[in-house]
Amino acid sequence: MNADAKPAPVDARFWTPGVMVMVAFMVVGFLFIIARYIGGLAAVTNLDNTHPWGLWIGIDVATGVALAAGGFTTAALSHIFGRQQYEAITRPALLTAMLGYTFVSLGLVIDIGRSWAIWHPVVYWQNNSVLFEVAMCVMIYLHVLYIEFIPIVVEQVKGKVALPGRLSIFDRAVEGLLELADRILGKVMWIFIIAGVVLSCMHQSGLGSLMLIAPTKLHPLWYTPVLPLLFLTSAIAVGYPVVVFETTLATSSIGSDGEMSILTPLTRVTIYLLGIYMGIKIGDMVVRGTYVYLLDGTVQSKSFLVEMIVGVIIPWFMLLIPGVRHSRRALFIACTLIIGGVAVNRMNVFLVGYQPPYAETSYFPAIGEIAITAGLISTLMFIYRICITYLPVLSLGDQEVSS
Amino acid sequence: MKINRRNFFGVAGTLMLVGGTLGAGLKKPQAARKPKAPLDPYGCVVDLTICVGCRKCEQACNQANDLPSPQASFDDLSILEHKRRPDASAYTVVNRHYIGKLDERNRLIPTFVKIQCMHCQDPACVSACMVGAMTKRDNGAVYYDVSKCIGCRYCMVACPFQIPAYDYHDPLTPEVRKCTFCYDRMSKEGKKPACADICPVEAITFGKRSQIIEIAYQRIMSDPGRYLDRIYGEYEVGGTSWLYISGEPFEKLGFLDLPTRPMPHLTETIQHGLFSYLWAPLALFAILGGFMWTLNRKQIKGNSEPDKTGGRV
Repeated sequence: MNADAKPAPVDARFWTPGVMVMVAFMVVGFLFIIARYIGGLAAVTNLDNTHPWGLWIGIDVATGVALAAGGFTTAALSHIFGRQQYEAITRPALLTAMLGYTFVSLGLVIDIGRSWAIWHPVVYWQNNSVLFEVAMCVMIYLHVLYIEFIPIVVEQVKGKVALPGRLSIFDRAVEGLLELADRILGKVMWIFIIAGVVLSCMHQSGLGSLMLIAPTKLHPLWYTPVLPLLFLTSAIAVGYPVVVFETTLATSSIGSDGEMSILTPLTRVTIYLLGIYMGIKIGDMVVRGTYVYLLDGTVQSKSFLVEMIVGVIIPWFMLLIPGVRHSRRALFIACTLIIGGVAVNRMNVFLVGYQPPYAETSYFPAIGEIAITAGLISTLMFIYRICITYLPVLSLGDQEVSS
Repeated sequence: MKINRRNFFGVAGTLMLVGGTLGAGLKKPQAARKPKAPLDPYGCVVDLTICVGCRKCEQACNQANDLPSPQASFDDLSILEHKRRPDASAYTVVNRHYIGKLDERNRLIPTFVKIQCMHCQDPACVSACMVGAMTKRDNGAVYYDVSKCIGCRYCMVACPFQIPAYDYHDPLTPEVRKCTFCYDRMSKEGKKPACADICPVEAITFGKRSQIIEIAYQRIMSDPGRYLDRIYGEYEVGGTSWLYISGEPFEKLGFLDLPTRPMPHLTETIQHGLFSYLWAPLALFAILGGFMWTLNRKQIKGNSEPDKTGGRV
């Protein structure tokens, strides 16, 4: 990622071995989705009456939303707080968020029992429900993301519209439409950018409020009235590490570097953002006295320790070291740990820490659940790859084609 | 390319504003939530000292709700060897508990506990349901409207008694399944719930909740040696329409120790504190708009080439 370079379509071989593996996962996931719609949720999941939410809620929805936070955090930094040197990372982050939220919605469609009724919240409002607020925000935000993405598409196709065959008579009309969209969006985009940040703050924190209705079921290590604030601050903290993670992956698979000039200062901000999250989290533990559960040897205490030590404290101290922030590899490791920490946190809140009464077994995801999750993530990455190949998303500067 | 100190304080300041806004929302006095409950609902008291575990209530429930016939007949009492929970094909089940007391011939004395939806006065499932498929009716029933349900199963996550069950085998039209309090029988035919109607030993007393609580206390007072001086469900999670009196400690009979505060209290306080008239989102929008305007004006003056994806303010 080069700060001075203009975003451009990536000129690299598309069918790499990695892409083939993605396609394999997509096919397997698709087969399990068919099974889900033939045999019901019981055919592919380990969900039961005591464990109504599983991997799809923990990973596809909760973690997916958290990790798509790069979209609104970079938009805020670059467009609202005027740090335009970060412009280069807003486009890939926006693409990630757009695809991330699309797949959060797809995951939900598969998870809910009556997939065809997914539109009901638009008509049947129940504003006491946290989930209603989350659903509405996610739905509106998904549209905001698509609107924010329009200029990127327009930029690529404007002046080059050539529809095949007889459709070519519409070429000029489409051009006119693109021109109009470009002009109108340019004037009103600020509304969508701010709305995107506001909606994100609302539903990121809302996801944290979800489990507050079950105080007797969520383990005290996670059940706290400030859970919404923890979800919001952790989502903000994980935003830039996700950008570092995907930028490093994208540039190394395409064979480019020189992005450190922009990633290093970004991670200095992360020290503060992750520090705020860590401070609230540890402060909350001290205030509520839940440290008594830390060493009781249960799965929950171990999972909490992993979440905090490996996922928050170690990477935070790593980022304090200037050498880490300037080393591509070390920075990648630190950011991966932060991402893992947030993912483990979401899994802990929704799955590990969820201790329903009368449960005869504990929940562990079935092969079908894992396969569908892997399939959805692979499809997301596959479409990401298509987008960066045909649209001006990445700003790479001097490109080298990988072998 | 460096983030200087002043810039950072801009970011940090806004974060604090966001946090502060959230915090202020939590404390807003207008948000204090009042318990919700119908004024004069019906209820049932189950007297665990009377129940003999005959499973007639299970059978009546099965017929009243057109549920699939079970593999073993309702006369088969060997099923009581195992503890069961209500599920998609049985809205009420009876479990047998031995708490260690012996009769005069040294045999263990069983206590039978009928389980079904408690029909909370201020139900978590009703508050949780995003489409309002769960509602608390005036007659006390927690009513499920399948035509609104999308199958998110948040009601099952929210229920403190772990009651709602799900049709996991149905690929397209699964339903949340739980005791209906025989809503149609009660509201249309003016009858008691089927289980209360059939009970041969009259272990279930049906009536207005306020009245049956009085009856239950009279029964406890008239024979203090037989009963514990407590009605389970009178105060649990803000009160329930199904109530229990017992001679044995409730915690030994599979009853959960639950708080008296209604489950929706905290979430609804947060939600309405933050989102009444959308004041918090609108305030945040205004604050961010202010930042955008002041910070980018300077930037644009010094930058001849405005960026493409929306920096043009």
